[in-house]
Amino acid sequence: MSNTKYIVGSFADPDEMMHGIDKLQANNISIYDCYTPMPIHGIEAKLGVKPSRLPIAAFCFGCLGFLLGFSLLFYTMSYDWPMNIGGKPSMPLPNFVPVTFEVTILLCALGMVATFFYRNHLFPGRAPRVMDLRATDDRFILAVDARENTDHALIDSLLKEAGAVEVKYNERKYVSYE
Amino acid sequence: MGTHNHHHDYNFSEQYTFAGTAKIVSLVAIVLGVAAIGYGLYTGDTMRTFANLLLMGYYFACVCAAGAFFIALQMVTQSGWSAGLIRIPQAMASILPIASVVLLIIAAGGIYTHTLYHHWTDPTLFDPNHANYDKLVAGKEAFLNIPGFFIRQILFMGCYSIFAFILAKLSYKEDLEGGLSSYKQSFKLSAIFLVIFGFTTPIWSFDTIMSLEAHWFSTMFGWYNFAAMWVSGISVVTVILILLKKGGYMAWVNENHLHDLGKLMFGFSIFWTYVWFAQFMLIWYSNIPEETVYFYKRWEPEYKPWFWLSIIINFLAPLLLLVDRDAKRKQNMMLFVAILLLCGHWLDYYIMIMPGTVETDRGFGLIEIGTAIGFAGLFTFLVMNKISKHPLAPKHHPFLDESLNHQI
Repeated sequence: MSNTKYIVGSFADPDEMMHGIDKLQANNISIYDCYTPMPIHGIEAKLGVKPSRLPIAAFCFGCLGFLLGFSLLFYTMSYDWPMNIGGKPSMPLPNFVPVTFEVTILLCALGMVATFFYRNHLFPGRAPRVMDLRATDDRFILAVDARENTDHALIDSLLKEAGAVEVKYNERKYVSYE
Repeated sequence: MGTHNHHHDYNFSEQYTFAGTAKIVSLVAIVLGVAAIGYGLYTGDTMRTFANLLLMGYYFACVCAAGAFFIALQMVTQSGWSAGLIRIPQAMASILPIASVVLLIIAAGGIYTHTLYHHWTDPTLFDPNHANYDKLVAGKEAFLNIPGFFIRQILFMGCYSIFAFILAKLSYKEDLEGGLSSYKQSFKLSAIFLVIFGFTTPIWSFDTIMSLEAHWFSTMFGWYNFAAMWVSGISVVTVILILLKKGGYMAWVNENHLHDLGKLMFGFSIFWTYVWFAQFMLIWYSNIPEETVYFYKRWEPEYKPWFWLSIIINFLAPLLLLVDRDAKRKQNMMLFVAILLLCGHWLDYYIMIMPGTVETDRGFGLIEIGTAIGFAGLFTFLVMNKISKHPLAPKHHPFLDESLNHQI
């Protein structure tokens, strides 16, 4: 028992898992995380998950894209080799809008995907690690940190009362698909 | 509790009572509008008054048509989120027949008693032997002629009105009879309506607004007008919804639905800018005199501030104010932005209409403000009266439950 790092409750039904969250929270047992094969409405609010910071990354990448796009145009069209196209000024700002806009969107989108992958450890060639293999299939997983919450018998009984099909005592945090 | 929250404690049969302040204010607004129009006609600024009438008549018809488009779109995309608030666009769609008649009367009055569409309604323009002969406009005679104009106006607006009326009626029938037959019929009719609407609204705006300056043309104009129509339609739905909620109605509509309306407002304001800019940039870049004349007029000192103000209100304001997730979920913020956008699109139409119609004595004053207030009052009176006639929720709508549990 002492080597247990996480207690993992496995539910077959999302409503029962939500019920399990209520029961654990009513007993002041903190929930480490929750893994479900499909999105469940209202679960973030229930678990108190903070809003994602991805939009901040998106804004930064967007600004970078704006600067890159604009400087590319400025350097090629106005600074290095100014050209007279249709009698327009050598820095025709309206013309710069579409390209700058596109580069902003491109970097913003690619940057968001890269940030998401980086944050979730989804590198190419990396086998994904999860706390329970069936969390991506047909089970709803509730994980409790076993070192922070020491009353393991209570956790076990609360999970089973809520309808957990299986309660595991994991000595390692993750299992790998490898 | 759990993934499905069944809130059966709502009273879906609740009905809005149109009385008190709302009724008085809308009636006073109509009186003010009539007074302003009367003042305009009496003091001799008749052309300016007619241009304002056309502006507000078109705006009024566009917002009602946007209501019809909204219900048809939700039906065809099988959207569940909007089921709880669908009665508002339905009421807007139901008064489209009245709005169409008003716009037709204004157009007819403008053509037969004044020279509202003087760029193409004067028959001497088409006579090669006359001094007024205009080769460019004469080449467009097959399209730009008075019978053709009225046939298209009646055909298009009549068609939208019939579809809007039937779609609203089917939903009211569903309240009484239940079952899926209303829904299935609405789905088919909506699909047909959207095809017709999509192909004809650009032509409708070519006729009603673009032909005011018949020498000029832009193929982007139809979509530009559609974007303005859609943004203002969504804004009106938002304003009515928030005011009803503030009055204690529609408890089943919450910040999640508001968030979706906010996303539509935000997204289509960007779309409006996109189309506006596409039209502007191509004309600026190619620099062909018959195209640049449009923007040349709008860059005269008297219009230039309005020109920039329109971009600030219709693009920068929603971009900065609604980009945040929380902003779209706050009633007061959404109400503020929706009203701002409604003023912004009034200005948008003002810039489209005024330079081509009012040659002298133009400006911004009592006639503009009064006409806008009058039509706002007429719209409020008709729509709120319509809303009060039926329950505020379509209680047998197949997606109502999805709307109640909507969460984003």
